Amino acid sequence: MKYLDEFRDPVLARRLVGKIRGTVTRPRVIMEVCGGQTHSLLRHGIEAELQGVVELIHGPGCPVCVTPADAIDLAQELASRPNVILASFGDMLRVPGTSRSLLDVRGGGGHVKVVYSPLDAVELAKNSPNQQVVFFAVGFETTAPTTALAVLQAAQQGLENFSLLVSHVRVLPAMEALMQAPNCRVEGFLAAGHVCTVTGFTEYEDFVQRHRTPVVVTGFEPVDLLDGILDCVSQLESGQAEVSNRYSRCVQTVGNEAAQDVVDRVYEIVDTPWRGMGVINSGGYRLRSEFEQFDATRRFATSSGTCSSCDISNDCRSGEVLSGLIKPTECEAFGTRCTPDSPLGAPMVSSEGACAAYYKYQPAVGMS
Amino acid sequence: MSQPAWQVCCPIPISGDAERISLAHGEGGRLMRRLIEDRILPRFGRNSDADSPGDAALLPPVDGPLAFTTDSFVVSPLFFPGGDIGRLAVFGTVNDLVVAGADPLWLSLSLIIEEGLPIAVLERVLDSVAAAATEAGVSIVAGDTKVVPRGTADGLFVNTSGIGRVIVPAPAGPGVLKPGDELIISGPVGRHGIAILAAREQLGLAPPPATDCACLKEPVQFLRDAGLFNGASAAVLAMRDATRGGLTAVLHEWAAACGHTLTIDGATIPVTPDVRGAAELLGLDPLHIANEGTMLIAASAGQGEEVAETLRSSSLTKGATVIGQVRTKTLAPVTVTRSLGREQPLDEPSGAMLPRIC
Repeated sequence: MKYLDEFRDPVLARRLVGKIRGTVTRPRVIMEVCGGQTHSLLRHGIEAELQGVVELIHGPGCPVCVTPADAIDLAQELASRPNVILASFGDMLRVPGTSRSLLDVRGGGGHVKVVYSPLDAVELAKNSPNQQVVFFAVGFETTAPTTALAVLQAAQQGLENFSLLVSHVRVLPAMEALMQAPNCRVEGFLAAGHVCTVTGFTEYEDFVQRHRTPVVVTGFEPVDLLDGILDCVSQLESGQAEVSNRYSRCVQTVGNEAAQDVVDRVYEIVDTPWRGMGVINSGGYRLRSEFEQFDATRRFATSSGTCSSCDISNDCRSGEVLSGLIKPTECEAFGTRCTPDSPLGAPMVSSEGACAAYYKYQPAVGMS
Repeated sequence: MSQPAWQVCCPIPISGDAERISLAHGEGGRLMRRLIEDRILPRFGRNSDADSPGDAALLPPVDGPLAFTTDSFVVSPLFFPGGDIGRLAVFGTVNDLVVAGADPLWLSLSLIIEEGLPIAVLERVLDSVAAAATEAGVSIVAGDTKVVPRGTADGLFVNTSGIGRVIVPAPAGPGVLKPGDELIISGPVGRHGIAILAAREQLGLAPPPATDCACLKEPVQFLRDAGLFNGASAAVLAMRDATRGGLTAVLHEWAAACGHTLTIDGATIPVTPDVRGAAELLGLDPLHIANEGTMLIAASAGQGEEVAETLRSSSLTKGATVIGQVRTKTLAPVTVTRSLGREQPLDEPSGAMLPRIC
């Protein structure tokens, strides 16, 4: 399959591993920002292959993992109301809120519908005039344009039964917060390729200069990842710090300006709580006042709280996992009290969560 | 209470495209009798006057042990590219008998119909059941019809139970697998699950991916004819159609049954381009996705290629491939080797397939 097979070529991948080994003079610490990259690194055994050469620290780029528990609780509360259909991306359904998940709520009679696109939720609202359809708008800059477009469509069609529960987050402010932490060990970043298709990467220039830390825009296949890592360690070894685009088949310097415009029209940037990480300055989006009629918290006269670091069970160390401070396997609950079937925290159930990746792909972990 | 003499006609005649199943069709009265006698029995070669259905089918004696199985079908939508619930209900149960080493003989057919189902839809499904039964060489000998109020079922649920004659020797089963034995998949994986998902969610994939729904009787007969079931050198040790949970679920069941590690080579697993594309797009693993006409076979050490070659002579299993082997228990019950050549655990699927966000 074009654009896939060549980026999974084992010979090319092996050659890149050799080059990385030949480049580093001491073990390097690199953070891959996106949870999709984490899963690919674990799935293809790249992390194990580079052991002792490059330590990969897994970043917070798992949108459902950082969605605050009280936003999930609110979604559950809305789904339980008569005449409300909560539409959501599938990945959100297993994530525990304070005490249960949207799947549990659906099992208990709540109205939760999986959609593949926010525009499907608009269509659902159009076809269900007697129901209120609330779309749970989570995700990074990748999904924000589509939820913004859904709002514009609903406005254009004059739909009064469509609203958004917004919990969108932005990647760069989180990277900023991680760098400012006193115990940060990250020497270089693999930036999330998908996010950069939308945002471009000019906004990383300032970050790179201020922190003297290389940022490499990286894709998701084994060859993409190894190529990104090689670029990053090469910069570190030569004392450089630049923004480098190693995902040029998808990412352009300025990104997708049409998508940026839609986001900018509908949303404004706001300080936002990230689950397990606290409030991050400029870390998310909210609806602009001219679209406030589409804000589910207003329509249903309810509010999502602001507490984020206190919304994780005492046993769960997902905040430290998301910040790259510990590996999932260092959590005492990992694989024992916390499994995909009975999770304590979101990273254990999300398809982009680091804990789920370790549980699935790490030798000796999946052993029964 | 005696009925007024003028009420001699059926109040809701069951003809015409717009006619729908009503609760009365399941109440045991005239409507139900007419539904069964006019619409159902003739499709299965039964004449209601001469061959009135009793409470039980009386079957002739069979020489040797029997295999018996049951399965319920609740698929939505009822019709999808490459198949429908009727075909699925026949082949699903027939395949369960076939992979157990039995020759399928008789099926029962139970219908749970949601009030309001167009009768034309029911007839289309019944036609499909009849055609599939003919193709599989089985007779529908018993049945039942229930109608439930609107909203309490999803159009139509079908149950089939099947009886077959075990052909001796049958495969010994996964409990006998030992290190060195080989694993063969009979064709590309994940086609049924992707076809259903694409049809149900109207994903707009073009051309729409088709199910692999098929009767596995012929390929298994080919294995038998080739002498791969017989004697001390029996090559075929276990067979299983990889339905819900896909290939991974069968591998885990077999690993638990034999106590060894089953390992597969990711590069050898056949996956069609449309399934691969859809799975990549949705963040799903074809190894976890359901099949309805694809089986996993375990063969004695050194005989995997012979089994695959024999399967490839049937047009239904021309994609048969040796994909792995049984090994002494290592790091996990089931492992897969991916692009960098590292062996890694292959986890069991957990719950429903939920597409990722980005």
